[in-house]
Amino acid sequence: MKKRLFVFSLPVLFLSLFLTPIFSGNALAQDTIKLGIAGPHSGDLASYGIPSIKAAELVVKEINAKGGVLGKQVELLVEDDVCKPELATNTATKLVSKGVHVVLGHVCSGATKAALGIYKDAKVIAMSPSATNPALTQAGEFPNFYRTIAADDEQAKLEVHFAINKLKAKNIAVIHDKGDYGKGLAEYAKKFVEEGKQANVVLFEGITPGAVDYSAIVQKIKQSKADTVIYGGYHPEASSIIMLMRKKKMKTNFVSADGVKDDTFIKVAGKSAEGVYATGPKDVSKNPMAITYNEAHKKAHGADPGAFFLNAVAATQALLNAIQKAGSTDAAAVAKVLQGQDVDTPLGKIKFDKKGDAIGVGFSVYQVKKGVFVELK
Amino acid sequence: MDYFLELFVGGLTRGSIYALIALGYTMVYGIIQLINFAHGEIYMIGAFTALIVSSVLAMYGMEGISVLIISTVLAVMYSAAYGFTVEKIAYKPLRQAPRLSPLISAIGMSIFLQNYVLLAQTSDFLPFPSLIPEIDLPERYQHIIGSSELVIVSVTALVMIGLTIFIKFTKIGKAMRATAQDRSMAMLLGVNVNRVISNTFILGSALAAIGGVLIASHVGRINFYIGFIAGIKAFTTAVLGGIGSIPGAVLGGLVLGWTESFATGYISSDYEDVFSFVLLVVILIFKPTGLLGKTLVQKV
Repeated sequence: MKKRLFVFSLPVLFLSLFLTPIFSGNALAQDTIKLGIAGPHSGDLASYGIPSIKAAELVVKEINAKGGVLGKQVELLVEDDVCKPELATNTATKLVSKGVHVVLGHVCSGATKAALGIYKDAKVIAMSPSATNPALTQAGEFPNFYRTIAADDEQAKLEVHFAINKLKAKNIAVIHDKGDYGKGLAEYAKKFVEEGKQANVVLFEGITPGAVDYSAIVQKIKQSKADTVIYGGYHPEASSIIMLMRKKKMKTNFVSADGVKDDTFIKVAGKSAEGVYATGPKDVSKNPMAITYNEAHKKAHGADPGAFFLNAVAATQALLNAIQKAGSTDAAAVAKVLQGQDVDTPLGKIKFDKKGDAIGVGFSVYQVKKGVFVELK
Repeated sequence: MDYFLELFVGGLTRGSIYALIALGYTMVYGIIQLINFAHGEIYMIGAFTALIVSSVLAMYGMEGISVLIISTVLAVMYSAAYGFTVEKIAYKPLRQAPRLSPLISAIGMSIFLQNYVLLAQTSDFLPFPSLIPEIDLPERYQHIIGSSELVIVSVTALVMIGLTIFIKFTKIGKAMRATAQDRSMAMLLGVNVNRVISNTFILGSALAAIGGVLIASHVGRINFYIGFIAGIKAFTTAVLGGIGSIPGAVLGGLVLGWTESFATGYISSDYEDVFSFVLLVVILIFKPTGLLGKTLVQKV
């Protein structure tokens, strides 16, 4: 038995020999700005995390070529959390023990939440390109957290704002598909309508996705005398409902979110889709900086960038810019710059509010006009 | 009152569709005591055939009621062929096997057909043209009943009457009833039982195809998965009305359609399915064989 243990430990010993110089090499390079990158880099959700690494690499390469930040080169510390909250705490601990100054990440909301406590204790600022759970910033639990993506409830807020101010809605029917996404959105919409006190929620109901027919709920919407429907859910059910509504000659406004902003919706609903409103991420494809970075990614990797790429570019720029302007890596000083000064990013000029949400990043309202979604300014 | 009538018509339409699909379940069960889970898929294939045929016809510039008739006829033929083939491949070899085996092969057939359509066509939702022409009814009634509801309800009623006459008064109908009562006795008396079973599948599939075309045209979209939910609902309908009973399928469809429609309209659509299944449970507690089902004498 003992002998066997020895045999097993041999390769481990060899491995550790190879590993030692790498770690010590890191420890020796003291004089760098350490940017941690945490997110899923393997597993099912790797496609959400890897674009962030690519984005940071591109930005850092550019900044280092210009002399770095505060005269120091920026070094990337990449750690995988596989989007799992239980691993994310390890990832965060590892980054902190390596002396990370700021962190780009994490990517998934659950993993981000688990890791933030550790960064908070270590006084490290973390900025996520993709964690959309509203509570992360709004609960006020993590003053060290920022993000360059709008929270889930932003769409609901925009929908309600648009319905009340632009469509002059007085009676709103909120319909959802009982799923996490749809119901979540619908509940926020209901809350914002009720808080605003300018309109009433006359109907709040869930429908069964995939049902044979939705005529009963359409009759009910009609009966409720709603002038606007806010729908939380995906396009298949939305197209059925809007088609039945138009068939019954109802002129009720139909407002929905990015689950419906899909070309299939227009294809299926055809003429009935005309005039439907849907919120969706702001169109940044014409921003010159976004074009530059997308091209740079294509040149370096031969493919279009993946999810949240531009959000990650913006986050890296915002973090490094803040360190530069603050003149130190001290969390309080960096936070002051993040909240006080605009920074130019592919998402436009952004800065952050007290809670950590980016101002100027978010969603627009689109309307179907002649068979395409057109952004309403 | 108008609201009540609107919900009533909505429930009637929905119930008619359930009934059309449930008839196939009930007829097959009546004859070989098999729950044909692939039946919902036959309905879906009917809808897809109609979509393809109507798109081709539209390319040649045809429109109006003739498109509806031609695509329905072709969908019926195609689905009937599928029903016939499914029976020959998946159920006939298992005729003497324990009752669970054909049940499993029915589930297998259902999965196979779903995935076949998924691969051969697409996983996306497809727009289905509204084949039933929009006729504007008088202003007073327009919001209560549209032309597609009218067509669905009247087609279902016609099919029911036709089916009853067929089973009561034709020779094939008589053979079907004989097989349903006692298969081996019918065989001994010279009824070609295999042919009767094939006929039943063909008839049931044809009815499902009619249902498929009508509902797809009413709802306006289809994908490979519509057969599953429709199948579950139709199965519930058949059980509710008394599986094996043809008038029972119709009654079950209407009861289910109205329950769903009124529950949504007067209580909440969140619990649409809850109400229909609570009703099912209550009815089965008091009438274990369904509304019009007869207690089967245990065959030895």
